[in-house]
Amino acid sequence: MSVTKKFMYLNRRPPYGTIYAWESLEVVLIGAAFEQDVSLAFLDDGVYQIIKGQDTSGIDMKNFSPTYSALGDYEVTKLYVERESLEERGLTVDDLMPLTWEDEAEDWAEKDSIQLISRAELAKLMDEQDVLFSF
Amino acid sequence: MPIEVNGKSFETDEEGYLVNLAEWEPGIAEVMAKQDELELNDEHWEIINFLREYYDEYQIAPAVRVLTKAVGKKLGKDKGNSKYLYSLFPYGPGKQACRFAGLPKPTGCI
Repeated sequence: MSVTKKFMYLNRRPPYGTIYAWESLEVVLIGAAFEQDVSLAFLDDGVYQIIKGQDTSGIDMKNFSPTYSALGDYEVTKLYVERESLEERGLTVDDLMPLTWEDEAEDWAEKDSIQLISRAELAKLMDEQDVLFSF
Repeated sequence: MPIEVNGKSFETDEEGYLVNLAEWEPGIAEVMAKQDELELNDEHWEIINFLREYYDEYQIAPAVRVLTKAVGKKLGKDKGNSKYLYSLFPYGPGKQACRFAGLPKPTGCI
């Protein structure tokens, strides 16, 4: 028997320009196989990773934003977004992709994955984790 | 190592996955299956097409347990289980079916 640990992935950088955002997402999807208690946090420029309407045709990079919608299938259902980071960039939750998961236990009822939380709440959540990955 | 299909040559990586997904055509799956000593029937194609649609939507090849669950939801519980999927794709429904479908190796298959 293995013990379930709390893993949080911090996403702080914009989606393109560096490989961090995509690498983080890949690690999350691979790590999901280990059935730990996984959450993602989007803060600072990381909130741009899950913004709607991404178009990478001008920069010769793959638009991987559709992959965030697969997180629910991988049973990654807790996506925390820091409210202050959105506000500082003039964004609201309506600018983000509507990411959901389907609860098999409730006949595949669709539920929101994104939870808006304050900087103070995020700090508290980070404190509760066993493992933090910062990307 | 390239794979020859209908007189055309397609590049594959060291594990046999198609390098350029946009080049895929059904004949590639047929040839790959023959190399694995499999004959593709409608049941195989149902899963291969499902995987291509999944990739179109999410831009990744799903891990086998994600595939199993998604197939169960879309095609019914009698197909969404590993016994059924392994009976079609003995080398692993994630890896083998993704290869036939021209997708990369599944993300999260370890």
